[in-house]
Amino acid sequence: MTAIDPETLDAEARRARLFTRINKADAWFQVLGLAWLTPILKAAAGDNPKTQMGEIWRLLGVPLLAISLFLIAWGTLAPKVQTSLGAVPGPLEVWEQVGALHEDAQREAEKETAFYERQEARNAEHIANGEPDKVRDRAYTGKPTYYNQIWTSILTVFFGFLLASVVAIPLGIMAGLSATANAALNPLIQIFKPVSPLAWLPIVTMIVSATYANDGFFAKSFLVSAITVTLCSLWPTLINTALGVASIDKDLVNVSKVLKMNTYTKITKLVLPSALPLIFTGLRLSLGVGWMVLIAAEMLAQNPGLGKFVWDEFQNGSSQSLARIMVAVLTIGIIGFILDRIMYALQSLFTFTNNR
Amino acid sequence: MKTTFHLALATTMLTSTTAMAQSLDLEIEDLTFGFIKLTDMAPLAIAYENGYFEDEGLYVTLEAQANWKVLLDGVISGELDGAHMLAGQPLAATIGYGTEAHIITPFSMDLNGNGITVSNEIWEEMKPNVPLMEDGRPQHPISAEALAPVVEDYKDQGLPFNMGMVFPVSTHNYEIRYWLAAGGLEPGYYSPQDISGQIGADVLLSVTPPPQMPATMEAGTIYGYAVGEPWNQQAVFKGIGVPVITDYDMWKNNPEKVFGITDEFAAENPNTTLAITKALIRAAQWLDENDNANRPEAVEILSRSEYVGADYDVIANSMTGFFEFEKGDRREAPDFNVFFRYNATYPFYSDAIWYLTQMRRWGQIPEQMSDEWYFETAEKVYRPDIYLEAARMLVDEGLANEADFPWDSDGFKEPTPAADIIDGVPYDGRQPNAYIDSLPIGLKGEQIVVGNEIQG
Repeated sequence: MTAIDPETLDAEARRARLFTRINKADAWFQVLGLAWLTPILKAAAGDNPKTQMGEIWRLLGVPLLAISLFLIAWGTLAPKVQTSLGAVPGPLEVWEQVGALHEDAQREAEKETAFYERQEARNAEHIANGEPDKVRDRAYTGKPTYYNQIWTSILTVFFGFLLASVVAIPLGIMAGLSATANAALNPLIQIFKPVSPLAWLPIVTMIVSATYANDGFFAKSFLVSAITVTLCSLWPTLINTALGVASIDKDLVNVSKVLKMNTYTKITKLVLPSALPLIFTGLRLSLGVGWMVLIAAEMLAQNPGLGKFVWDEFQNGSSQSLARIMVAVLTIGIIGFILDRIMYALQSLFTFTNNR
Repeated sequence: MKTTFHLALATTMLTSTTAMAQSLDLEIEDLTFGFIKLTDMAPLAIAYENGYFEDEGLYVTLEAQANWKVLLDGVISGELDGAHMLAGQPLAATIGYGTEAHIITPFSMDLNGNGITVSNEIWEEMKPNVPLMEDGRPQHPISAEALAPVVEDYKDQGLPFNMGMVFPVSTHNYEIRYWLAAGGLEPGYYSPQDISGQIGADVLLSVTPPPQMPATMEAGTIYGYAVGEPWNQQAVFKGIGVPVITDYDMWKNNPEKVFGITDEFAAENPNTTLAITKALIRAAQWLDENDNANRPEAVEILSRSEYVGADYDVIANSMTGFFEFEKGDRREAPDFNVFFRYNATYPFYSDAIWYLTQMRRWGQIPEQMSDEWYFETAEKVYRPDIYLEAARMLVDEGLANEADFPWDSDGFKEPTPAADIIDGVPYDGRQPNAYIDSLPIGLKGEQIVVGNEIQG
């Protein structure tokens, strides 16, 4: 007779395996902002319920409570502020506008379908009349829906951000590797970094208008917004890359000397891997800055996107305008948060920090 | 028998429409037009929503613009193919005041549609100077003479009296100046060196984009403003101000916005220009049809957020034949905004000349010009030839009535009689210099502005 029942042993092993898996998944939950899933899973798997309840309370209960308190405070305080457009909308009014915007989008989609049907009918008629050269397929010319505006903004910010990264990372590596390059770049960085997007915008607008033909691949307004984003989101990546490259372990640098690595190998095998965590920190900051800048640029230049939506609503001055602007504010916040999470996830994927 | 006849007529009309619509060989079909959030952009919205553009084979995108400057630059740079414009914009651009570019207009968008609003505080101070009707309500039109003591008071305290208008060459700038001058107040002069327009001014006028007027007045930056609808009615609804006069009360059926395109665009795309004009004439017709029967529908369209976006009730006030002065003081104004009747869409030279005389009056045109110059400039910018060609096609297609258009006009309206204008000075577009000299305040003859003084 054995002291331990083999079945218990088996169960023990299975439980241990389960917990390893949960712990492994936890790293990803952390990245995705779902850390509260871990204690729930652990409790479900039969871990000490009391400790897990404490965790759940801290990771899920407290944030939910804070959000509800915020909503209650908003709901009670907002109606007390009277503006000339009526009372400041509370959470309910804002939620109603979310529905209204969705309905708007659906109505627009119906109009779009009707537009394409009319177009098809016309084209069919041309063919029937024996004039196939008159057949045209063109895109719908209606107003952009709220979803279109969100999508435009996201595309613009990524385009600007990519452009910024393409410029900033090589420059940052240069500045990090060579003291001379650093001395050359540093004053420029110091001067241009604090410049507001609103100051860049007129310059960018004039230059793009003067140099870019309207029938090109991109719309002018898209380029103006994107380049303004680039100019403002360049700096965090540049500075962090330079810092990351400059602070490579001296031993590693010596090793590269001993191995007589050429510059290319040195950069790809040694500099980039060890500077990656800081580069990603820079990229994450850049994307955040870019998103903030974009909304301001769109508002000022009336370029398509969420910024224009906000400005148009402000100009409308209807009784729903304030609530609609708040919908946009929340959308901007949530998308900004998601963008940050995406960058954080990428960072966790590509870098080997102590966290993983 | 009668029904059959009507049916037959309707069918022929329908078929002829589609047939004719394709007969114009369009140079370009995809167009982007700019507009400012004002009710008088209605012909554009209606031509789009009712499918008049599509009937002509045009695919139009309408884009709201932030202010008049952005809109004008958009048209000049080609980002916009055309736009809802202040009548002064094509004229000023063509004579090189501000940004220089040759802009023309084949279509005048409306008559009237503006008002002058003052803040509640100013109204309280003005009110004792306004004569009352028997029922105790103020008697309209209200002259700027009622405002003069208030401005005097501010002056005595050393405070500037600020008011807003929407653009240096806007109708609103000239209208508020007209009103102030008619009441004995100096609205200030422009000179080539000082383009603030505040030389020697009792009332300091500055530029604010139309939709921001109520907010700017609420913030206390300006005490009143001249702007198009719905931004006067908005002040009433918001309870922040009182419109004191409409432009209809200042000058019955005065010309308002125009549809502007560059001369280059019109020259390169003559058929497209005609097609656009046709669609816009149809839209204007629809807006005034059956004694404004379609206006409620138009108001619903305009209240959508992509067009004007203000609340239905605010827009409806001026568009459906009423104008509300103080809250509750709602008066009939059937002609507050006219889109088609009285030949509203025909680009009259005499309308252009009035704007030019006002530019001269306030120094934007710094020196005296010959009458000939006024006629020639008007002919360069206003293009009734294009308008009439488009109208002819519509008549031939059975989409418009022959009788609705002034086929034989030489481009000059009958002189406006003294009784139709607030200061009693009649206007005859055939005699610009004589008209300028007959106005009480403003530059006359060979006068020029040097530094802070008027010389000559």
